[in-house]
Amino acid sequence: MTTATYADTSVTVDDEGFFTDPGQWTEPMAEQIAREQDIATLTDRHWTVIHFMRAEYAAKGTGPTVRILGKTSGVSVKELYQLFPKGPAKTAAKIAGIPKPRGCI
Amino acid sequence: MDKSIVILGSGTAGTLTANRLRRTYDERECRITVVDQNDDHVYQPGLLFVPFGLAEPHALVRPRPRQLLDGIAYRSAEIDRVDLTADRVHFTDGTSLGYDVLVVATGASLLPEETEGLTGPGWGEKVHTFYDLPGAVALHQALERFEGGRVVIDVVDLPIKCPVAPLEFAFLADWYFQRRGIRDRVELTYVTPLDGAFTKPVAAKALGGLLKEKGIELVTEFALGEVDGTGGRLVSYDEREVPFDLAVVVPLHGGAEYVDRSPGLGDELGFVPVDRHTLQHPDHPHVFAIGDAAGLPASKAGSVAHFEGEVLAHNIGRFLAGKPLDASFDGHTNCFIETGFHKALLIDFNYDTEPLPGHFPGALGLPLLKESRANHLGKLAFEWLYWHSLLPGRELPGIGSAMPEHGKTHTPA
Repeated sequence: MTTATYADTSVTVDDEGFFTDPGQWTEPMAEQIAREQDIATLTDRHWTVIHFMRAEYAAKGTGPTVRILGKTSGVSVKELYQLFPKGPAKTAAKIAGIPKPRGCI
Repeated sequence: MDKSIVILGSGTAGTLTANRLRRTYDERECRITVVDQNDDHVYQPGLLFVPFGLAEPHALVRPRPRQLLDGIAYRSAEIDRVDLTADRVHFTDGTSLGYDVLVVATGASLLPEETEGLTGPGWGEKVHTFYDLPGAVALHQALERFEGGRVVIDVVDLPIKCPVAPLEFAFLADWYFQRRGIRDRVELTYVTPLDGAFTKPVAAKALGGLLKEKGIELVTEFALGEVDGTGGRLVSYDEREVPFDLAVVVPLHGGAEYVDRSPGLGDELGFVPVDRHTLQHPDHPHVFAIGDAAGLPASKAGSVAHFEGEVLAHNIGRFLAGKPLDASFDGHTNCFIETGFHKALLIDFNYDTEPLPGHFPGALGLPLLKESRANHLGKLAFEWLYWHSLLPGRELPGIGSAMPEHGKTHTPA
């Protein structure tokens, strides 16, 4: 567990940089986190995914996998990879300020 | 008490649940009806051995009704949908069946058509799966014809049945080609969407080490976007390519189709969400799910169904008696992992505890996370136990639902 500073606010993150308390996240932080992930600008499509990630986390306690995102977010898996080239589920979770999606076993 | 329990599916989970309930309640106490759409019960752990000529396909199949104890009704029918407000299961032939308790045990389905190109040109010729019986048989023939080149084992995405089976396939392929004397002409590559050989870090390290030892290349974080059967390429969504001469692909899995047609029953992938400890549906207290059909953060594996069965049968009894559910599934999973050359590893874990080194089920038991002949013999012996002890709903001596702690070395991940 460590801290990071986004939008002049200190937040708690895990060893991989995922928020441990999604309540600390604010929208202005997202742009800065996105730049760290080599995404220069967040478009409306990025925000669709980010808001979806947060809603899913609030409802289920874990972020969705890429496959579930592709089925339910309104953004296809192909487009998800164009928006978040380093891996949509993990990158979008990081930008959305939620813990790393648990994935499946 | 004159209650009706309907169990959808008579694979591992459905059959052992029906038999456990029958052993607990006589026919005057509750009627048990098991439904399936075909009458062939396949011993799925055996599918791994078919491609290598180590198991005869016909020996893996037995009639479903014969695995059920007397006093259990068996119905061969295709399910159209479940009406959760009327507590009825509707069948495609127009008939229906009411229930006091419903158990969903219809397992997981293979969805190869959901991956672009997977079932296109080359499917069944140079692109195969061993996750069903026809596929395993076709792959056996393809392997026999194979004289050298690039063999790729790819897991499209999780969840899948038996998450260790693709790794076992890679290990056995190494053994198979060595035995045929052509290993030096074969490049083996294991391709996974995960960031390591397995989900759990301690096991991922051990299994990744074994891949390396056996000269099997590991490609991680590969999300399969397209299979080009003609060109012999797997293409990921982020546009990386893995070439192949023979691809062994584990397709996407989903729940049974009728789950999608039953409002309120399943999740986005057609699995049935249930409480991870009680196996009860969160919105419908008289609906339970078990085995691969359940949307749980546990492996889709027969051992999980076995350990869940003990908890489920008890909890259904409590539910029917109007008492609070008090049996709790801990996520216990137990897998033998064949590594070739008559050896196997064993892993044992639950929701909270990693697969750890040590011994199972106690200090004098089988070695964990370590190759041994004893584990290989354990895997072979399991087939007899499956038909004669696990499916009939008997207890396996010394192996209960709760994960054993004795004999394990708690090293940090």
